[in-house]
Amino acid sequence: MSIFVPNGKAQQEQMLDVIGVGKFEDLLTPIPESVHLKGELDLPSPASELELLKEFKGFAAQNSSSNLVCFRGAGAYDHYIPSAIDNILTRSEFLTAYTPYQAEVSQGTLQSIFEYQTMIARLTGCDAANACMYDGSSAVAEAALMAIRATRKKRILVSGALNPRTIDVIHTYMGNGDFEINEVPFGTDGLIDLEAADQLAEGGVAALVLQYPNYFGSIENVQAAADLIHRHKGLLVVAADPVALGVIEAPGRLGADVVVGEGQPMGVAMSYGGPYVGFMATNARLLRKMPGRIVGRTEDRAGNTGYVLTLQTREQHIKRAKATSNICSNQALMALANVIYLTLTGETGFTEVAKQCWHKSHYLHDRLLETNGVTDVFDVPFCREFVVNLPVSAEDTASAMKEKGYLAGLPMPCLGDGAMMLTATEKRTREEIDGFVEALDQYIRGAV
Amino acid sequence: MEKTIFQYSSPGRIGVALPVLDVPETAIPEQFRRKEFIGLPEVTEGQAMRHFVRLSTMNFSIEQGFYPLGSCTMKYNPRLHEFLARIDGLAAVHPLSDDSTVQGTLEIMYKLGELLCEITGFKATTLQPAAGAQGEFAGLMLIKKWQDERGQGHRNEVLMPDSAHGTNPATSTLAGLKVISVKSDKHGRVDVEDLRSKAGENTCAFMLTNPNTLGIFESSIEEITKIIHDAGGLNYMDGANMNALLGIVRPGDMGFDVCHLNLHKTFSTPHGGGGPGSGAVCCTELLRQFLPASTVEKTEEGYKLRDRMGKSIGRLLAFHGNVGVLYRAYAYIRTLGPKGLREVSEVALINANYMKARLKPYYEVPNDDGPCMHEFVASGAEMAKKGVKTLDIAKRLLDYGFHAPTIYFPQIVKEALMIEPTETESLESIDAFIDAMIAIAEEVDEKPHLVTDAPVNTPVLRLDEVKAVKDLCLVEPVEHEE
Repeated sequence: MSIFVPNGKAQQEQMLDVIGVGKFEDLLTPIPESVHLKGELDLPSPASELELLKEFKGFAAQNSSSNLVCFRGAGAYDHYIPSAIDNILTRSEFLTAYTPYQAEVSQGTLQSIFEYQTMIARLTGCDAANACMYDGSSAVAEAALMAIRATRKKRILVSGALNPRTIDVIHTYMGNGDFEINEVPFGTDGLIDLEAADQLAEGGVAALVLQYPNYFGSIENVQAAADLIHRHKGLLVVAADPVALGVIEAPGRLGADVVVGEGQPMGVAMSYGGPYVGFMATNARLLRKMPGRIVGRTEDRAGNTGYVLTLQTREQHIKRAKATSNICSNQALMALANVIYLTLTGETGFTEVAKQCWHKSHYLHDRLLETNGVTDVFDVPFCREFVVNLPVSAEDTASAMKEKGYLAGLPMPCLGDGAMMLTATEKRTREEIDGFVEALDQYIRGAV
Repeated sequence: MEKTIFQYSSPGRIGVALPVLDVPETAIPEQFRRKEFIGLPEVTEGQAMRHFVRLSTMNFSIEQGFYPLGSCTMKYNPRLHEFLARIDGLAAVHPLSDDSTVQGTLEIMYKLGELLCEITGFKATTLQPAAGAQGEFAGLMLIKKWQDERGQGHRNEVLMPDSAHGTNPATSTLAGLKVISVKSDKHGRVDVEDLRSKAGENTCAFMLTNPNTLGIFESSIEEITKIIHDAGGLNYMDGANMNALLGIVRPGDMGFDVCHLNLHKTFSTPHGGGGPGSGAVCCTELLRQFLPASTVEKTEEGYKLRDRMGKSIGRLLAFHGNVGVLYRAYAYIRTLGPKGLREVSEVALINANYMKARLKPYYEVPNDDGPCMHEFVASGAEMAKKGVKTLDIAKRLLDYGFHAPTIYFPQIVKEALMIEPTETESLESIDAFIDAMIAIAEEVDEKPHLVTDAPVNTPVLRLDEVKAVKDLCLVEPVEHEE
């Protein structure tokens, strides 16, 4: 009898008796004998808690990456996570509840999602947000599909300065053969080529999808892109970094129709890529086209305020083949991490995190440019992330930095052998940045 | 009732202390600068804790009581797993780390894939899908790609029973495939003749939950999967009900070609109030080449992440899946071993059949045709005739301190109550639930207002969903500050 099963032989016999069968096997009569598994599964024998703990500590010890000082971003960021967050996330009532189908016993989950929706809407400058998506990339793909539903056009424009992984996800989500995806090139400044977008938009498109700040950290002109795509009767979908929005203008205030993004930087562990959480916000005109769950405020029979899942006629369990999306389970606990993070940091703290990321990435950038042979790849204002050209192979440099205890920036072979994209979050100290730049400088001197 | 967090806010309060900036400042150009306040609350850590702890007390959870939510497999979630997934060496790892620096995580992912293949009888796995619905999408796209590759790209129909989960048809639409609904017979199983008449040269795939959404095993499964194969289609198993089959039957041995597993159901990772889950997909050798990017291979130089597109159907998420969830599922399988996993399903079946037997005198069980598997569907149709709906019964159960079963699904059963006890409930808690159900059945006859007025012992009374739609309020209105 395993530690998870309270009904042992005595209870099982008693229950079989009530059922009216003599033995467990009698319950298997609906299963044809021919498909029964012969013998038992070939799995390792059971491990005790102590053994499992040792095994996992062994796995953790093999992950030397966790000890590296991180200057890598490209969609996942090393931010400080306040300890209070996990205290709340591991509370039984949040951790081990299902989707809030029975609203009267799910007010904790529902109200926290309502507060999450509010914070995301405010952060992005939009009217409303949904209860979350799987991750930032699938949120972008869902936003593109949403634009297609809203405009009844089947073509979208995608910025070439979008995270290439996100472009992959868009292609996968829209890979059923019904849709056309055109990529808009970026110019030598690393910004989307708006003239090219204008030409590509001829004939009508559902949306232009761009990233802000873009994949390379360059700050796109969202207002100009919005004006352009609106002239063509399309929608502007902006994939935004939430921390950047603490310092740069909210896309919703610059004409974006749908704002999506990755919530990992707001209190969620990097955890080798997941679980993360995508956010999605939009304006009042489009909110009924949104996929996913949405929480609304209402009243109970006595007139007390309460919260429920609402606008459910958009969803798969009711609309089936005609639903706005197939999404059911989302990443609710990670959205809860977001709302606690935004609460603990608050207006002052969140803005401070955003400012420190701005200042530290600029400090890192400026120090690197003082290093022999390091140059800018794009000469435009950046936020969060930037690309430099090293006089040596970026791949080799990253390997060498690993030995020195650093997770260097991401090599960007599409921009040249020496191209590397770097970031510094609020977690990096001046000492760490200086140490990294020094180690890099030494490596370059040795290699050139 | 708890105020919203915004109502606790006062300028200048903060809940976390940040280090003082230790590098020179760089001006943020005016044209890019955010012009207005965000509108985030300003509270101390103590105020935040009190708010979220108060909110938590308004939730029901598996650690508080019985949660017989059919099709959702609400079983106990081991606490050890929460600790394991949070070990720094596992949690603080960047997803674009060099393979040599994440060997521990890659080993877990590789081994989990192997374990899931053994459990399902398949040869290859992707751990990327974030949830069951995304797993379904991956699975259908695998089949579609295979059809394309062999020159059968015209096949655009997915067959599925009328009792299918809503995600099945929604996923088919996303995959660009047309849904062909197959009738259920009088016992709730696939009507084999109807299936035969609908399978043909346009059949791309067949999607089936087995045991089906009525909790009944599809006894003709071999004939069903053969009909589809003979028509040139492949069989997809929705693994939502895999908790019934561990160590007893494997999808790969029933003629299925691909299935997804809900790691957050069968493999006991906590549902977190709606996620994160994980919809790992297992498939035959035939489909391996099309699996999404991000699979782990074992080589002589160690474990490698194969993170490229090739012939793959593509990428479902930016990175490699809900890795933190994978750690928990791996730990679960390791804790139980082969005998323990089979015991899970055996006891899940005994518990469900026991509940069915005890409740049947009080609640109609349509489609009852011998033993059920891990769940069963009762009907409140008789009570509805007396003016008490299934929704009322569900709400009344909340008053008795239980979570309600899944209601109004599957849609082929009137006033459906889908009940799944799982293996982690004791006979005592199951009996207590049954007693409550019997008491409610009596209330329906004697004091129906107790049921229609329910719930009354919950943090709020019954909520007005119509008003929520009519007077739509999705965000806290901004106060008229300044």
